[in-house]
Amino acid sequence: MPKSYRDGLPISPDKFVDQLMRLKRGSISRRDFLGLTGLGVATAVMARELGIMPTPAFAAENLGDRMSIATWPNYHDPQTFENFKAETGVAVEVNVFGSNEEMLAKLQAGGSGWSLFVPTNYTISTYKKLGIIEALDMAKLGNFDGSQEDARFTAEGTIDGTIYAVPKNWGTTGIAINTKKLTKPMTSWKEFWDTAMAEGDGRTMVHDYQLTTIGNALKYYGYSFNSLKQDELAKAEELLLKVKPHLFAVSSDYQPGMRAGDAWMTMCWTNDGAQLHRDIPEIAYVLGKEGGEIWTDFYAIPKDAPNKPAGYALLNYLMNPKVAVKEHLANGAPSTDARVNALLPKEVLDNPILYPAADLLKPLEFGAAATLTDPGRAELMARFKSA
Amino acid sequence: MRGSLFRKNLVTTLLLAPAALWLVVFLVLPFIAIAIFSVGERAPEGGYQAALTFAQYANLPARATAFWNTMVLAPIGALACLLVAYPVAYYLALRAPDRWRLILLALIVIPFWTSLLMRTYAWMYVLGGRGIPALLAYVGIEDLRLINTPGAVLLGIVYGYLPLMILPIYVSLERLDRRLLEASADLGATPLSTFLGVTLRLSLPGVMTGFSLVMILLLGEYLIPTLLGGGKVFFIGNALVDLFLQSRNWPFGSAIAITLVLVSVVVLIVANRISTRLSGARRVDLI
Repeated sequence: MPKSYRDGLPISPDKFVDQLMRLKRGSISRRDFLGLTGLGVATAVMARELGIMPTPAFAAENLGDRMSIATWPNYHDPQTFENFKAETGVAVEVNVFGSNEEMLAKLQAGGSGWSLFVPTNYTISTYKKLGIIEALDMAKLGNFDGSQEDARFTAEGTIDGTIYAVPKNWGTTGIAINTKKLTKPMTSWKEFWDTAMAEGDGRTMVHDYQLTTIGNALKYYGYSFNSLKQDELAKAEELLLKVKPHLFAVSSDYQPGMRAGDAWMTMCWTNDGAQLHRDIPEIAYVLGKEGGEIWTDFYAIPKDAPNKPAGYALLNYLMNPKVAVKEHLANGAPSTDARVNALLPKEVLDNPILYPAADLLKPLEFGAAATLTDPGRAELMARFKSA
Repeated sequence: MRGSLFRKNLVTTLLLAPAALWLVVFLVLPFIAIAIFSVGERAPEGGYQAALTFAQYANLPARATAFWNTMVLAPIGALACLLVAYPVAYYLALRAPDRWRLILLALIVIPFWTSLLMRTYAWMYVLGGRGIPALLAYVGIEDLRLINTPGAVLLGIVYGYLPLMILPIYVSLERLDRRLLEASADLGATPLSTFLGVTLRLSLPGVMTGFSLVMILLLGEYLIPTLLGGGKVFFIGNALVDLFLQSRNWPFGSAIAITLVLVSVVVLIVANRISTRLSGARRVDLI
């Protein structure tokens, strides 16, 4: 593909309609549609010089010709799936989700049709308890090397010594802030919430997600991100209700608002922070010094996967460091794998958004399974949203 | 004789079978499932666990604000739709030149070919900082915020549901016997009292149809408040989405869904009563 000035630019309305009509006629797949229109997939920097080493471990097994994966928006290099198809003949259908709960609800209902999916650390024990995922057959994942993984990020994929999920990447939940509009330095969650009620009035977004919105409100008082204590949650609720009238939105889709300049500050995940900062340099991404969330997204295989051989084949393919490095360049999230970090360009490793200083990482907490499924926090969130 | 009657019944049965089957499989059975869920309990990890309890119904006040917001939004949204739709329908039925009428009607229906999600997403960008506010910045109005305001939600609702209001009103106005208008004028009525006493009165069935259609759909609306209102105002549709997809409290969600269906049925019955009373009893036939 020649380098052109159009690369990376948004698609024109005419082209969009063209592609939509092609999709309707069925002459392209939904994935191609998402790729061509830039909807749901990253406009990726393709590190083409890094060739792909074929990993022909499954020549004996019949992989079929299609499989389906459930993952997050802007989370993969679209070329990865093209290359996988070229190598194995298996077309990958990508389903994009907005929350872990939606994924869980769909898997719990049965018949999701996914052969691979991307759950976050705190859901894996629940999936295991509900019997939705199976222990991974590590013999089929020759490209995975546990000794090269940072144990901090892999721990929750292993339950009682058995590996149920392997990490895709890790990240943090911090604050994205437009430094042209809000010039005071931002270093803590206390400042985040106070600014939301002052200079950031009407311009601040919080996630439509109880885990992070309640968790970061708890950090205002220095409580644990995962607190389930009645009195601490009551304080967090008081703060949230006080901030509510000052908010721009309660939404996890914060990139459009930040890019358009309607929102000046938002709760933000690492990969979104990196993408926003890359395109709009005045948008900074910072961590609260009180702490907050650190997370790992994993790959897991559902028990009812319709095409397990292809699920394993794709997972093994993605564990190849030379493939994984392109995924990290595309989605902007840091890697858990030392072999991948060795391949990443220096400016990526030096990017404080992706690899924050150790003293900022130290107070961060992984979200807990109980935090996510707690009915009390769900009701608190409902009261916050309906206030 | 008996044979042909039997054949007639058989044909009727066969013709109705697909629709009946459809309704049973996709409406009655799911409804029964939801009813059963609603007397169950939330499993510890979310989802449903069998039980026989009315605790979910007793908990309905926990979503009172959402019900209240919906009960306010639905009539206001429907009324705003009506105020915009009536003049359009009136023009189409009574004033538009014949050769234009079909084209104008088509123009009203065409947006329905695109999904509401797409059209609402488009509004997000039109009202967002790079849309209308960016244009207004050229004439000196800086930092204006349109998106995520109650006005944006109302605009989205009127835009999204307008055709559903225009078409029934248009149909009732189009059937209006013009001689009644002439008679009213001949008898000395002013244009205003002719409009109020004849035109508006006789088009009320269409108004009520459009009103209840839009109102029922608004009772379940969640997309427009989420996308154009920034998720800051919580409607019963948003409560349902959260209960099924976020906290996965299916029994409580089911209890709310059942309540919402009952409310919708009441709204329909009341609207039907009003419309019969206002027009049915005063039906005027000239011939």
